[in-house]
Amino acid sequence: MNFDPRYSGRNFSSVGTRPIRPDGIDKVTGRARYGADFNMAGQLVGRVLRSPHAHALIKSIDTSKAEKLAGVKAVITAKDLPDLTDGDAAMYDILDNSMARKKALYDGHAVAAVAAIDARTARQALKLIEVDYEVLPHVTDVDEAAQHHAPLINDQVFTEGLEEKPAKPSNVTKRTQFGHGDVHKGFAQADFVIERSFKTEQTHQGYIEPHACVASVNPDGTADLWVCTQGHFVYRQHCAQLLGLEASKLRVTSSEIGGGFGGKTHVWAEPVALALSRKAGRPVKLVMTRDEVFRASGPTSATSIDVKIGAKKDGTITAAEATLRYSCGPYPGSWAEIGAMTAFACYKLENVKTVGYEVLVNRPKTAAYRAPSAPMAAFAVESVVDELAKELGMDAVEFRIKNAAQEGTRSSYGPVYGPIGIGPTLEAVKSHPHMKAPLKANQGRGMACGFWFNFGGQTCTDLNIGMDGTVSLAVGTVDVGGSRASLSLVAAEELGIDYSQVKAVVADTSSLGYNDMTDGSRGTFSSSMATISAARNAIKILKDRAAQMWDIPVEDVTWEKGHAIAKGEKYGNLSPLSLKDIAAASGKTGGPIAGHSELVADGAGVSFATHICDVEVDPETGSTRVIRYTVVQDAGKAVHPTYVEGQYQGGAAQGIGWALNEEYIYGKDGRLQNPGFLDYRIPVCSDLPMIDTQILEIPNPNHPYGVRGVGETSIVPPLAAIANAVSNAVGVRMTHIPMSPPRILAALDAEREG
Amino acid sequence: MAGVAVSTTINGDAVEYLCQPDETLLDVLRDRLGLTGAKEGCGTGDCGACSVIVDGRLVCSCLVLGAEAEGRKVETIEGMAHGDQLHPLQQKFLEHAALQCGICTPGFLIAAKDLLEKNPSPTEEEIRFGLAGNLCRCTGYDKIVRAVQDAANVMKGA
Repeated sequence: MNFDPRYSGRNFSSVGTRPIRPDGIDKVTGRARYGADFNMAGQLVGRVLRSPHAHALIKSIDTSKAEKLAGVKAVITAKDLPDLTDGDAAMYDILDNSMARKKALYDGHAVAAVAAIDARTARQALKLIEVDYEVLPHVTDVDEAAQHHAPLINDQVFTEGLEEKPAKPSNVTKRTQFGHGDVHKGFAQADFVIERSFKTEQTHQGYIEPHACVASVNPDGTADLWVCTQGHFVYRQHCAQLLGLEASKLRVTSSEIGGGFGGKTHVWAEPVALALSRKAGRPVKLVMTRDEVFRASGPTSATSIDVKIGAKKDGTITAAEATLRYSCGPYPGSWAEIGAMTAFACYKLENVKTVGYEVLVNRPKTAAYRAPSAPMAAFAVESVVDELAKELGMDAVEFRIKNAAQEGTRSSYGPVYGPIGIGPTLEAVKSHPHMKAPLKANQGRGMACGFWFNFGGQTCTDLNIGMDGTVSLAVGTVDVGGSRASLSLVAAEELGIDYSQVKAVVADTSSLGYNDMTDGSRGTFSSSMATISAARNAIKILKDRAAQMWDIPVEDVTWEKGHAIAKGEKYGNLSPLSLKDIAAASGKTGGPIAGHSELVADGAGVSFATHICDVEVDPETGSTRVIRYTVVQDAGKAVHPTYVEGQYQGGAAQGIGWALNEEYIYGKDGRLQNPGFLDYRIPVCSDLPMIDTQILEIPNPNHPYGVRGVGETSIVPPLAAIANAVSNAVGVRMTHIPMSPPRILAALDAEREG
Repeated sequence: MAGVAVSTTINGDAVEYLCQPDETLLDVLRDRLGLTGAKEGCGTGDCGACSVIVDGRLVCSCLVLGAEAEGRKVETIEGMAHGDQLHPLQQKFLEHAALQCGICTPGFLIAAKDLLEKNPSPTEEEIRFGLAGNLCRCTGYDKIVRAVQDAANVMKGA
């Protein structure tokens, strides 16, 4: 492989245009097939029995009555998913989360499952399963769980990352630290220091499609899994390992996916469906209800964060420090670690220190949610930055510009930045008309910055040229929001042909090499890199075939605008050969023409955004409306600008919901009280204004077209931008997300009482 | 439980089926008739992904029993295009990229069709409140509202 991924400037002809996506027609006609839209002959209906307790010992499970019910074909418990994880602790946790083995660790934890001929029989069977629980004390609050006296969720967990191994087990699984310089020295140099504590509540990705799969295990050890997932290759690996199947014999096909946002990166129902199918000897469809999605999939962390920032009178930040506690659910994670890495990533800091603590709680296992962990850290940091600017008498944007990271800055989490977009997004915001628009009574404006790493990862792509000159592009990254359009554009660009001649599909696990999942904003970044590489490999073959057709040395052939050209005056009589001409002759020049690529897409360029938000707060009810919203973000290069705008708008809307309304509410009994869209209310159309976007393009030096990931950064600034806007509107600093009406009223009351 | 025999009209075609008394219209459409365009996002009438039109009225098919379709006219996403001619709303959703994952799209299209039939010239606010019963988690609704506005203009000119 001699693929050169470095950026080189070029005039684009396809990239940057806005054609209709290839999968669009199926999606507006109802023909697109999602997780629950697929059926197999002889298929059974699977259902899962879930713990009603937040923390309980499972003393025994009696399934005999359920097994005797007519129409029931299989009943399984953890015994049917024997532990094959061989000391792999992370896989053991996935297994235990799929089906509780000794203890139920949260309200909704799966304890048994059935497969029956229809849904009604399956539901009846669940009622006949008798589980003998010994209810244990539980803890669902992140701060309470970190206390020494809190109920222990796992007595084998001793806090990692301390200088000495602690003598007692703890719900705090890990301590991590990042930073450089000396914060004590830095704070001593400061003229102003602001220190505050913040909390954010747990939220759910809220994808509209519940988890769904169809599993079919054959007696010969082969199996098929149809599933809505962000990463079918990862699902294959995990399911094969947990079920004891050979990976190559388990074919996983990713359905169309009805939203994921990080929530469809983990298996939980899939191993259960496979185990049911194996026991029943028939295909099993398993679809979660919305209640199950809320109680038993993977929401994000609840957090508790302390931030301290000091600055000189001239506005230079001298030191910044944060302590971040993130809930992980009942299994260890690295969520606070990511929060600690991202917290101060927007700034050029001489002295910075962040410490993260991962905390076990009796809630569902935390999963990624769009730039996971970053929005909460940004909320806390950007709130203090705003307050400090006020204290200094500086404009909030100017203060950030003065301290913004730039090329060559050593980031707060370690690496030195290349060319980055934080300064340019701030400059764009400074001159944006939104910043100068007048505000009315009870209205406030806020702004905030956000950072996300972006990820590259393992990627494999096939590009096949048909004899009619059209191109089939097979990619392995699941298309969550239009990547088949952007990757078709990239293939067309590199080959020099029209977009309409390329059709991209997402290949199943038996048809393409391994791909990491679509996470870390990597879908278009990494698969476009692999597509460019595959296209370049195909062009080598196309040139070789043209040379054969002309009977000239291949060194004399170049590729321009979709044609092979014979270089030099001596070939003046040779007309260029189009891709179509060469493809039509391929049967006689060596057979099919294809380009293949497998690579690790290193060099995902980091991403920055700055958001502006206007809100209006009703002082009588505490109700808040977002009345204007602007997103400015660096895309590196926007391959399909309309879908880039869509990513910006979607992330902002999710952030607005998180900031103002969404939260998991647990009762004293440890049960989730709002597991439905009525009580866990995500923003609806009438809640939001238009969301304006401005795309900046600061090329990523590590991608041939300069592309950066764009999917996640848009959810990082909103919590802080809205909190700053609300704080400016009501004159009270808001420190608890979501800023629901009762919290805003309480803050106003507290201020009045002084 | 004995099945209920139902005669109804779906997308203009006479259809007969047997269903259980407790089966929803959504279950019948998806599991008995193979019309999987309507989606189950919640099963409680909160997300609108299962929207269909019954006798000219926009409903969540998860809140209607299959037996209730007897003698009625049901319109689903599968009947929205006329042959190979997309409805203007379908075309505008494509042009404006008013969908990302697309799971909510059939419900939005049905709800928007119902809205424009009742109010051919809606304001932005009327569109936003008219579509407030449909959840989308990907788009922030911006491009959906613009697509509906554009479709309304096209339909008025037609």
